[in-house]
Amino acid sequence: MHYQTQSWGAYVAPRNMGVDPLERIEKLASENAVVIFSMSTCCMCHAIKRLFCGMGVNPTVYELDEDPRGKDMEKALMRLLASSSAVPVVFIGGKLVGAMDRVMASHISGTLVPLLKEAGALWL
Amino acid sequence: MYLMDRDDANSRNHSRFSDLGELDHPTGFPHDDAVDLSRNSIYNMKHDDVSIVSNINLGGLNSSIEIGVGEGVEVDARPLMFQKDAGVVTVASSAPLGNGNFENWAESVIADSQQTDTSTDVENDDKTQFRGAHHGTIVVVDSMDHSKRTGDQKTLRRLAQNREAARKSRLRKKAYVQQLENSRLKLTQLEQELQRARQQGVFVATGYSGDQIHPLGGNEGQFKLLLSSLIHGGPSHFYEAIVRKLPRAFVLCACLQLTEFHCSLISLLMTMFSGALAFDMDYARWLDEHQRLINELRCAVNSNMADNDLRLLVDGVMTHYDEVFRLKSLGAKSDAFHMLSGMWKTPAERCFMWLGGFRSSELLKILGNNLEPLTDHQLMGICNLQQSSQQAEDALSQGMEALQQSLAETLSSTPLGPAGGSGNVADYMGQMATSMGKLATLENFLHQADLLRQQTLQQMHRILTTRQAARALIVINDYLSRLRALSSLWLARPRD
Repeated sequence: MHYQTQSWGAYVAPRNMGVDPLERIEKLASENAVVIFSMSTCCMCHAIKRLFCGMGVNPTVYELDEDPRGKDMEKALMRLLASSSAVPVVFIGGKLVGAMDRVMASHISGTLVPLLKEAGALWL
Repeated sequence: MYLMDRDDANSRNHSRFSDLGELDHPTGFPHDDAVDLSRNSIYNMKHDDVSIVSNINLGGLNSSIEIGVGEGVEVDARPLMFQKDAGVVTVASSAPLGNGNFENWAESVIADSQQTDTSTDVENDDKTQFRGAHHGTIVVVDSMDHSKRTGDQKTLRRLAQNREAARKSRLRKKAYVQQLENSRLKLTQLEQELQRARQQGVFVATGYSGDQIHPLGGNEGQFKLLLSSLIHGGPSHFYEAIVRKLPRAFVLCACLQLTEFHCSLISLLMTMFSGALAFDMDYARWLDEHQRLINELRCAVNSNMADNDLRLLVDGVMTHYDEVFRLKSLGAKSDAFHMLSGMWKTPAERCFMWLGGFRSSELLKILGNNLEPLTDHQLMGICNLQQSSQQAEDALSQGMEALQQSLAETLSSTPLGPAGGSGNVADYMGQMATSMGKLATLENFLHQADLLRQQTLQQMHRILTTRQAARALIVINDYLSRLRALSSLWLARPRD
């Protein structure tokens, strides 16, 4: 699991200033096989991270409370999910999977692993 | 609302409240010259404590003593009051009672301070006199001398007597407020006892007034049924209804003094139907129904029923499982801690439970041995299901641990210990607010755990054939039944 820190954000800041938060989310989501938007204080986010790590996946995690544009992204995610809590949100292969309940449902029904394999996040 | 004659009310109060032991008589008035005045002042007050005290009719007392209910109180037209001790006749105006116009300025002292606060500040004489002039229409008829000197003397005497009356009314007010405080204390104590009894799953019925039923957990139908059985059928029907509705685990301990005459007047406050108790009852009923369905399924499998018919029964059990998850989600909304505590399960079940319910991976392991023959495809499906449910369980467990750690950190963020006790109040409140937010995520974890259980069952149903699913459901039920039987045996074991 690797975390994208603020330095990266600062590097691209001149280019991405004023970009729509949803666009930014989609851009970030498409850059890696498994992308999790999280918050460092959220315990459900911790659970979802542990779920992926337990499966042997290496997700890319963006902590919204450590991102300068985190607030906007949080609001955009809330609208996207039509839910009162923005995080955790999982994108696999650039496509939105959902929050904890969707991820767990897809894992139990056996559709998560093929999805991960397709996105190249899992081998074997 | 109806008012009893004061003497009758008082004597009735005494006989009723003697049942309750130490509960002070909340409506006792000091007896002195202006005793009628104080009664009026009470009726005219919109003090919360008065209405609380009069409405707690424990043990099903008649709610005939309604004093100061808060809305406009109908007060009998009483004759105008005369303050005898003054030697001066102060005649009240014919202003109507009940709307705050007090005949006597002494009473206005009480009214004014009661409207703001129960504090017993000592008011200045100056203030009372001005207030008196402000509130009532005071007509002083008195034989004033034309000579200025005697006039002055009489004025002085009058002023002194007025001060005296003001002092007396202040003392009366203090005494009354003291009584109110005592009653409020008693009320809190009783509420605490009720709370304690409630936590032990005891059902208590108390007197109540009108619209204060707050049924929780979707048991409104229950209330109405019991209420109607009481009103229409009388006490015996009511008892029957309760005994039928309550499962064996619950004890009814109420003292309802019902008579034919009071049946239609008395209403029940079902304070005990808190979310926790409602869930416990619903769950017990669900369990009975589940046993019945499983037994039906067992007969069907043993008698080699056709697959189509068997499928109906299996689907019925699966739908019934959906019902318990719905009940659990309702229960979690009203009392997440109760669900997590597992007090609604038997001790052995509770010991081995996980996050408010059974452990799916455990059940699948038990099933694995009991489901032969399985095709390779099915075997792989069940293995994968077991593995993924295990992974999900571990993830949620780790999330819970993180929550506990985070909560511990928050609660200890301001200094603890003897020196830290005098910390910043704002910090403490902030700490508590953060902790409350963290506790709220507990409900989410509970919800996810129940979803996991539900989805595991559904996936299992998908993988297996009808006959295998029927066997699986019976196996699961039998295992949990053995666990419950173990609990009973353990509880009943002879101890040395």
